[in-house]
Amino acid sequence: MKSIRIKWHIIVFLAPAVLVYTAVMIFPLFNTLRLALYTEIDQTRVFAGLQNFQTLFGDPRWSESFWNALGNNFWFFFIHMLVQNPIGIALAAILSHPRLRFAALYRSAIFVPTILSFVIVGFAWKLILSPIWGIAPEIMDTVGLGAFFRPWLGLEETALTTLALISVWQFVGIPMMLIYAALLSIPEEILEAAEVDGITGIAAFWKIKLPLILPAIGIISILTFVGNFNAFDLIYAAQGALAGPNFASDILGTFLYRTFFGFQLQLGDPHMGAAIASAMFGVILIGVCIYLFGIQTRLRRYQF
Amino acid sequence: MHKARQNPLHVAAAHGALILYCVIALFPVFVIIINSFKDRRSIFREPLSLPNAESFSLIGYQTVLEQGDFFLYFQNSMIVTVASLFFILLFGAMAAFALAEYRFPGNTIMGLYLALGIMIPIRIGTVAILEMMVATGLVNTLWALILVYTAQGLPLAVFILSEFMRQVSDDLKNAGRVDGLSEYRIFFSLVLPLVKPAMATVAVFNMIPIWNDLWFPLILAPSEATKTLTLGSQVFIGQFVTDWNAVLSALSLAILPVMALYVIFSRQLIRGITSGAVK
Repeated sequence: MKSIRIKWHIIVFLAPAVLVYTAVMIFPLFNTLRLALYTEIDQTRVFAGLQNFQTLFGDPRWSESFWNALGNNFWFFFIHMLVQNPIGIALAAILSHPRLRFAALYRSAIFVPTILSFVIVGFAWKLILSPIWGIAPEIMDTVGLGAFFRPWLGLEETALTTLALISVWQFVGIPMMLIYAALLSIPEEILEAAEVDGITGIAAFWKIKLPLILPAIGIISILTFVGNFNAFDLIYAAQGALAGPNFASDILGTFLYRTFFGFQLQLGDPHMGAAIASAMFGVILIGVCIYLFGIQTRLRRYQF
Repeated sequence: MHKARQNPLHVAAAHGALILYCVIALFPVFVIIINSFKDRRSIFREPLSLPNAESFSLIGYQTVLEQGDFFLYFQNSMIVTVASLFFILLFGAMAAFALAEYRFPGNTIMGLYLALGIMIPIRIGTVAILEMMVATGLVNTLWALILVYTAQGLPLAVFILSEFMRQVSDDLKNAGRVDGLSEYRIFFSLVLPLVKPAMATVAVFNMIPIWNDLWFPLILAPSEATKTLTLGSQVFIGQFVTDWNAVLSALSLAILPVMALYVIFSRQLIRGITSGAVK
């Protein structure tokens, strides 16, 4: 005897979440992809096919900014991978040492920058690195490096890298915590077995622990990738919507913001904005797919 | 089983490295806060010394409290964060319960559909979100922000909470059913109290990104009456760039509430990150 009557309580439980999620997240996402195919002529919306993308990738006035922002975004991500993850792993490795005193205190202190808003972080570093205030040059003077000080945020060659390092400073707590958790989940027996075989200290880290925490490093990498490719706040707070000097720190998020809302003499253009958002969606999707199918499946997972 | 693995030299090196990094992590915050209590001359003359009787000054805070509506901004941030967390937890837990408890056609697909949003940032849809908020008249209201943050938080909330709800014992729920409790009563009075720790984890995860977000307040609710603390301090600092006392005080005031939240919830946050997120 099968009951065909609708189970209303299931619908009641699911409806609010599904409705809000669909209406405010999924529908606008696809609507943005759709809007990228339209353009505005005489204040009416007309279908334009892939013309916006042609403009974005081909028209030198647009494509130059786009490739600049995309390239900068990859550099931003590259610095994160190169600096943030090794520092995070090193801190976690030290913290996970058994019987280390004050470990909880260190952990909380190192995590503090992560909870601060980009506005605070951006301005605080802007002030500290400012040649007017002189904190950074003074500190460098006391360690004898005073001659190397430059107004890094104001120079085209160094602005983007400096911002990436500020972002690393802010977020290093997250890889540290995740790696720390992964290190703690390695069973003591494995380490003891290695010790019996004479593998201890640094060697134990490279040969035993590092291979075991590779999946956690993979997760951190994809989280960093997605976070970096929709980053905006830090650069907007520190350098403004123009992502100066001379667009040297422009990334996709700031480029989208400027295009969507307009700046200086250029009017805002929601359709070109949608095209840039679609391009960002494409980049993130490719990154997530590479991770899911190319990296995650190949990482060996160990069940303890 | 005791082994002499502790080489005192290594221990000292470990503490040295950690202390060095803690200084790097805390130094900027420290510099901002101590200088916010000094007069303008001392800020420039001795930026690294603590405020003393001679250099102590609250002029920056005075400017901030007179010129900026920081209490209003704080209140807006509070309303948005608390309301969003409430809806994320309520709707998320309900959906998670449906997915974990009942077998119905489309269960797996629904789970995957709701999980999509974990990896795709909601910012990609901004153009259409703004258009929708303008059309519905929600632009420049706190509701616009609450809706967006609820949608943004739901995928991970459903994912984490349904994992936990699968562990609630079936016997308990069936005993409730035998006693004639409705499915709603089973959810609200039997299951919800048991997944409180998981709810706390989800809340703490979502709290900080919502409080700190600049993008959506800037785009959906930039009016004076709806500015959040993050946007309010951004705009204020932009206007007062040359008034160093005011800028430093505004930064300190913006740091204060997050630090308070962090001190209260840091245990939960750290436990949440180290337990749930690695899988």
